Amino acid sequence: MKYITEYRNKSLALKIVDKINSTLKEYKEKISLMEVCGTHTHSIFRSGIMSLLPENIEHLSGPGCPVCVTPNKYIDTAIAYSRLPDTIITTFGDMIKVPGSTSSLEKEKASVGTVRIIYSPLESLEIAKNNPDKKIVFLGVGFETTAPLVASTILSAKDENINNFFVLSGHKLIPPAMTALLESKEIKIDGFICPGHVSVIIGEKPYYPIVEKFGIPCVIVGFEPFDLLKGIEMLIKQITEKKKPSLENQYKRAVRKEGNEKALSLIDKVFEIKDSPWRGLGVLPKSGLYIKETYSDFDAEKHIKCQVEKTKEHPGCICGKVLCGTKKPYECKLYGKACTPENPIGPCMVSSEGTCAAYYKFKKR
Amino acid sequence: MCLAIPMKLIKIEGNKGIVALSGVKKEISLNLLKEVEIGDYLIIHAGFAIEKLNEEEANKTLAIWKEIADIQKK
Amino acid sequence: MKKKNIKNKKILLSHGSGGIAMSSLIKELMLDKFDNPVLNELTDSAVLNPSGEKKICFTTDSYVINPLFFPGGDIGALAINGTINDLAVMGAKPLYLSCSFIIEEGLDMDILDKITTSMAKASQSANVKIVTGDTKVVEKGNADQIFINTSGIGILQKNIILSKNNIQIGDKILINGEIGAHGLAVMSKRENFDTDIKSDCAPLWFLIESMLSVEGIKFMRDPTRGGVATVLCEIAENSDFGIKINEKKLPIHDNVSSFSEILGLDPLYIANEGKVVAVVTKDKASSILANMQKHPLGKESSIIGEIVGENKGKVVLETIIGGKRIIDRLVGDQLPRIC
Repeated sequence: MKYITEYRNKSLALKIVDKINSTLKEYKEKISLMEVCGTHTHSIFRSGIMSLLPENIEHLSGPGCPVCVTPNKYIDTAIAYSRLPDTIITTFGDMIKVPGSTSSLEKEKASVGTVRIIYSPLESLEIAKNNPDKKIVFLGVGFETTAPLVASTILSAKDENINNFFVLSGHKLIPPAMTALLESKEIKIDGFICPGHVSVIIGEKPYYPIVEKFGIPCVIVGFEPFDLLKGIEMLIKQITEKKKPSLENQYKRAVRKEGNEKALSLIDKVFEIKDSPWRGLGVLPKSGLYIKETYSDFDAEKHIKCQVEKTKEHPGCICGKVLCGTKKPYECKLYGKACTPENPIGPCMVSSEGTCAAYYKFKKR
Repeated sequence: MCLAIPMKLIKIEGNKGIVALSGVKKEISLNLLKEVEIGDYLIIHAGFAIEKLNEEEANKTLAIWKEIADIQKK
Repeated sequence: MKKKNIKNKKILLSHGSGGIAMSSLIKELMLDKFDNPVLNELTDSAVLNPSGEKKICFTTDSYVINPLFFPGGDIGALAINGTINDLAVMGAKPLYLSCSFIIEEGLDMDILDKITTSMAKASQSANVKIVTGDTKVVEKGNADQIFINTSGIGILQKNIILSKNNIQIGDKILINGEIGAHGLAVMSKRENFDTDIKSDCAPLWFLIESMLSVEGIKFMRDPTRGGVATVLCEIAENSDFGIKINEKKLPIHDNVSSFSEILGLDPLYIANEGKVVAVVTKDKASSILANMQKHPLGKESSIIGEIVGENKGKVVLETIIGGKRIIDRLVGDQLPRIC
């Protein structure tokens, strides 16, 4: 598989491991590297690279899982929509098991709700055409990688005069979350592994103010074992050489400096940026994408009215803190007792690569 | 949300394309890209191509490490 | 035993996917009530000894797949081969099957005809007879086209008892070929991807018979729902050994690898319908492997791992770059992910 296999080459990977080990021979301070992308979390665990690296490198998983940072109110709204007899919810698989205040889409699917798991938002348009008497609501959850796809889908719906397709927009932006984490100072981050495919869309520029203001090294990293190790090596080099921190791009084969301008223009055409609530981080300024008035015909919040239950946070659930790296899973009173992969209470336990689920697997206490 | 994979563009039909990887083919949207050619490798995310892979950069990324690996083998 | 609170709870799809949710459901609502020493062994087939002479194996399975027809197979072939294989992995020669249909009103007769033709073909090529059956039709909407149940009887060969209790540190783990094809063949139809992936649906008895001709097989299981990972976890859990698997040795075809990458799935958890995982004595592993490789269903057989003393109760995978990760059981279905 071109552009994949060569980045999984064991001897190349181990060369970089050697380089990291030799750089850190004399450097024994803890180095905390945070990634803010669910696929990075997954790739790091899948490749097993942390088991090859020196123990003083700590891997922190930040708020990079879009379903994990989606607040309960959004999920409760989606659940309420799914219960309406004339509505079909379409969603990516990731969203299905995440618990809201009292239920989840998985449970609704088994009860009265109509929920369909799809691979691409475009499938929602086909479902809309095949079900003219139903309202099709796509759950727009995802960062900058996914937002342009949803924007394009809305534009296609407009071109094709599809009037029973709606989006419940929950899209969020990564740089504001990175800024909020650094501003909170609750956690020491020595370097950021910047999300590869978000960066394909946004390019390098949005990270410059973060590097400048907080003096923190940032490297845009791909997803194969070679990429992850090379990205970590580049961060370690910046940290140990104590030079002026900078933004570097390890994933140049995919990420252009200016990003994908066409995708960015589509986001700009359909969405506007507003303050947005994040689980665990509160309301972050200018961090969410909301459908512009021009395209309000496709905005679920404007067209689908129904009672949504009062939002409840589960007392004792500290997913928000775990998402930001300020607490470890085993510091949560519910972890491993009331909250397990079979009966998850918070989103961190739901996905098999969510922080709590990953810890549970390793039985860390 | 980042799950995306490089696939080769084998057919263009208006603003849609067919991409392939090891015999797996899928129709995808080319709406997010300006110019593409048959034979380009595209990053595919949820039914859309989000970028074209830069072969020169790809080769550069690996080149120096391959050199080191080759020197070590000798 | 404390009764679990089931008030207002519903059955979810994850209760049927071969993961932790399913085993919890079975334990709490069925095993504890049906309770008997044969059932409690939880083997692929029940081993029965009514007359004291040859032991009989008895098994049952239901097939509810959608779509009914997929590249490389259909629900009919699955219903025959799946049950045959549950007998075969116990070391029992499959002989007789029963077959029950629950058919939704309105199903095209042509579809039923294709399915039963496929079942006849599968049972004939496996030398197994369908000796009894039942047919019910339910009103439209009360079944998803057709559900098939098959039960099977086989005779245990050579007084073999294959059991996890036989497993020791040093034993090798073998599989007869590439993994992940069946689940992805079905998924390709559902998700509208054009692939050349075909289900590996096939009857395993003749392959297994050739494996059994070399003494040294300790335990076998077919990695259906939940995939190879689930079988390995079931072997390791509550035991005094660990399992070490080598990612490089897993036979995975490029098209399976690519398609699972695209959907965000792990081939280790994808269903197979023509595969057997066998734990064998170390010094017989090469001979058993050689026998397997001579058989059409075993050409790509490979030693994928071994039983070890460390990480008791766990399955640890050595990754392609030499790292380590723990393979755990899934809770429910593996769903295509985007994140």
